Amino acid sequence: MRDYIIRRLLTLIPILIGVSIAIFVVMQLIPGDVVSGILGIEETPELRAMWEAKLGLDKPLIQQYFSWIGRAVTGDFGESFRTGAPVFPEIMNRFAISAELAILACIIAWIIALPLGILSSLKRNSFIDRIVRVVALLGVSVPNFASATLLILFFSKAFHYYTPVKYVGLFENFGTNMEIMILPAFILGSVMAGSVMRMTRSSMLEVLRQDYIKAVRAKGSPERVTIFRHAFRNSSIPIVTLIGMQIGALMGGTVVIEQIFSIPGLGQFTLTGISQRDFPVVQGCVLFIAFLYVMVNLLVDILYTFIDPRISYS
Amino acid sequence: MDHLLEIRNLKITTLRGKDKVYLLDSVDLSIRKKCSFGVVGESGCGKSITASAILGLLPYPLRVAEGSIRFDSRDGEKELLKLSRKEMRQVRGEEISMIFQEPMTSLDPIFTVEMQMFEALSFHHPGMGKGEMREIALEMLHRVNIPRPEQTLASYAHQLSGGQLQRIMIAIALINNPRLLLADEPTTALDVTIQAQILHLMNDLKEQRDTSIIMITHDLGVIAETCEEVAVFYAGQIVEQAQVVELFTHTAHPYTKGLLRAVTSLGGAQRKLYTIPGIVPPGGQWSRGCRFAERCEQCMEKCREEMPALREIAPGHFCRCFLQDREVEA
Amino acid sequence: MKRKDRPVAGRALPGNESILRQLWRDPMGRAGMIGVGLVILMALLAPWIARFDVAKMNSKAKLAAPGAEFWFGTDHFGRDVFSRIVYGARVSLEVGIVAVGIAAGFGYLLGMIAGFFEGRTETLIMMVMDVIFAFPSILLALFIVSALGTSILNTMIAIGIVNIPVFTRTVRASVKTVKSTDYIANARSIGLKKMKILFRHVTPNVLAPFTVQATLALSGAILTEASMSFLGLGIQPPNPSWGSMLSDARKYMERAPWLVLFPALFIILTILSFNILGDSLRDVLDPKLKL
Repeated sequence: MRDYIIRRLLTLIPILIGVSIAIFVVMQLIPGDVVSGILGIEETPELRAMWEAKLGLDKPLIQQYFSWIGRAVTGDFGESFRTGAPVFPEIMNRFAISAELAILACIIAWIIALPLGILSSLKRNSFIDRIVRVVALLGVSVPNFASATLLILFFSKAFHYYTPVKYVGLFENFGTNMEIMILPAFILGSVMAGSVMRMTRSSMLEVLRQDYIKAVRAKGSPERVTIFRHAFRNSSIPIVTLIGMQIGALMGGTVVIEQIFSIPGLGQFTLTGISQRDFPVVQGCVLFIAFLYVMVNLLVDILYTFIDPRISYS
Repeated sequence: MDHLLEIRNLKITTLRGKDKVYLLDSVDLSIRKKCSFGVVGESGCGKSITASAILGLLPYPLRVAEGSIRFDSRDGEKELLKLSRKEMRQVRGEEISMIFQEPMTSLDPIFTVEMQMFEALSFHHPGMGKGEMREIALEMLHRVNIPRPEQTLASYAHQLSGGQLQRIMIAIALINNPRLLLADEPTTALDVTIQAQILHLMNDLKEQRDTSIIMITHDLGVIAETCEEVAVFYAGQIVEQAQVVELFTHTAHPYTKGLLRAVTSLGGAQRKLYTIPGIVPPGGQWSRGCRFAERCEQCMEKCREEMPALREIAPGHFCRCFLQDREVEA
Repeated sequence: MKRKDRPVAGRALPGNESILRQLWRDPMGRAGMIGVGLVILMALLAPWIARFDVAKMNSKAKLAAPGAEFWFGTDHFGRDVFSRIVYGARVSLEVGIVAVGIAAGFGYLLGMIAGFFEGRTETLIMMVMDVIFAFPSILLALFIVSALGTSILNTMIAIGIVNIPVFTRTVRASVKTVKSTDYIANARSIGLKKMKILFRHVTPNVLAPFTVQATLALSGAILTEASMSFLGLGIQPPNPSWGSMLSDARKYMERAPWLVLFPALFIILTILSFNILGDSLRDVLDPKLKL
């Protein structure tokens, strides 16, 4: 198991190098450059040369790349071209905010999706099942920006309620922070809930017709035990896989929702970085997101071994 | 009650689209105490669903439409079809247990054998301690001839062979000393040599305990080795029923005769393999006459028009065929 | 043994007529077909349905409420929302279809190559696919679009690239299944070239999962386009896009809620229709997945 984890972590290295080179190349392709963005109409050849030297843009590309990666290995992702602030601590701050949103969204999604998915599979083709399936289909089909806009419209028209515009951290003011986060988390959660519900239902139906479920019932098992201890645990592998993918996607923050609700998360940071050609910010964010994704995947694979004794890595 | 189990007029339906389709049609069965009763027929005849119905475990969307299943339990006579879910749970695994065709898939793959044996005990004896459960489990594994019981307890299903798994399933089924064991094709999925061992094991266990067995199989050879009485199912009905010796010596129904001819092991020498032509008509496509008529070599005009009744042709020997009427009249 | 990596065996596509008829028989499939059909009709007939020029501003009728003249009202430039919605369907479908075409084409090729050559080529291709897959699709599409510049074509390319991995995986899995079966050996013994055999046998095998995935990818692509346009990095004005209409409408939400309602409604109904159709198609084409 330990060897497996080490091996998996080693495969991370070529992936991250590949990603960083790809980002580097693509960033060169992006039209417009950061210096003219910073200087605007005050640009003169002298000022430009000074800034290029300051940002290291006067050196050959290869050298730029290696000097960047040399520092990145030590955890130093450089400074933002725009603000001059170190990128790594900022990524961490932003990540904490995105992570809070992601965790809230997951909790909401699971509270809705798992019980309803299980119920739907047990009451197959009943009225409840039909309702759950329609709700799940809506969940996966309504784009988050559409539901966000509609909900904002609804709250403003019906209750004259507006979510706070200025972001307040979790530890600055818990109440205000929750007020800001709960609606976006609910919207993200409802989208996730749709697919989790569908996956739970189909996976449960698959397991419920297995022989061992009948065998467990034949032993005189209470339904509670049959459903949760046996059926649900056995059907949880595809559910865990799906949830892992969702978390992986959420970790990068959710650009659209963060934009709509002015939440300064990782997604918004990346988006600003891209539009401002702020190379160190984009490079840092993208690498960090890739890293998180691989880690989440690894965690999911390890989780498999706890769910199913037939899965082992050696 | 005279019998351990009495099934009367049992009808099972399923939904096909919006139509109700009968899969089992007015079946009567009486199982004596300490008896092993065979139920034989091709797949799709309604044998397995009868067993499932006894335990109240019919798969969706099958339903019991009519009938009664009376069971002589330890605390008096019970009508199984009228029990509450909770009462039914107390019967399952405690008074009636079941073993299945596919031992490889009958144990939950993600739990150890130990846990699943303990479950069978704790569902019915909630207060029982780990130590006692372990003792009982080891004793049961020993009885079903599992070579290394301690090691087996800690194993998962995928680490064991089909034969071992079926022994474990038998151990689990008998762990609470049930009055009735439903064995649904318990040897079909197993290798021939293992089949014989499992059948012997079941015979031995039946001798030791006062458990009755309903042996469901498509193989008359299995019936011959294990059962005292036998009912032949065809297309949701009983077509012949008798003591095993009587059935084999005075086979009456053409379908039973066909099944017998199809059993190679009884023939011994290399004969040409016999098969009954055609297939069992599925529920909903039964003719109003004799359901075997289409495949019967001795089919008469009458057979297609009218359904023969199940009649006693000799003491304890019942048969559903017009040919018998003729012989009786003659 | 990861379940998600398990090869998915495909089934050949049954005759077209029977598929359509089977879809029609299922109420859900029928609803999906009708919904998708209406969107396609709207896009095809846009010039005849639309009542005004989509870019024509009308300073006398800014933020007009829905009524007899402007069925869905007008926006802050006085443009007719109904006409913009109708043309928006055209933009959505164009982007969706071209993007899925790009994704399916490259996915097919890469999947064939990965499955055929195995070894290092396969590892490399699948690693690139994993990396693409690793990114939140919107973020990656935005990234590509800002590198290429914002335009309809670049939006299509960006969304296309993002969707390649799903198709690659399906094809690769199918190639592997086909390779391991006997009929490849048989075909080889009658002297067919290996690559030719693969193309001939893999193609019918992946058609069913491909069709299902393309339908679902189409709804995903339409969603991504709308999200990108919502963020201002997709379809650029004056071209109408449901996403940018919705985004623009937010400023006038209080005074003119219809500006939010109509684009939102059409986005939701379109994606819903494609998803329903995709689900029913999967049930018809891949019965073993039907539960």
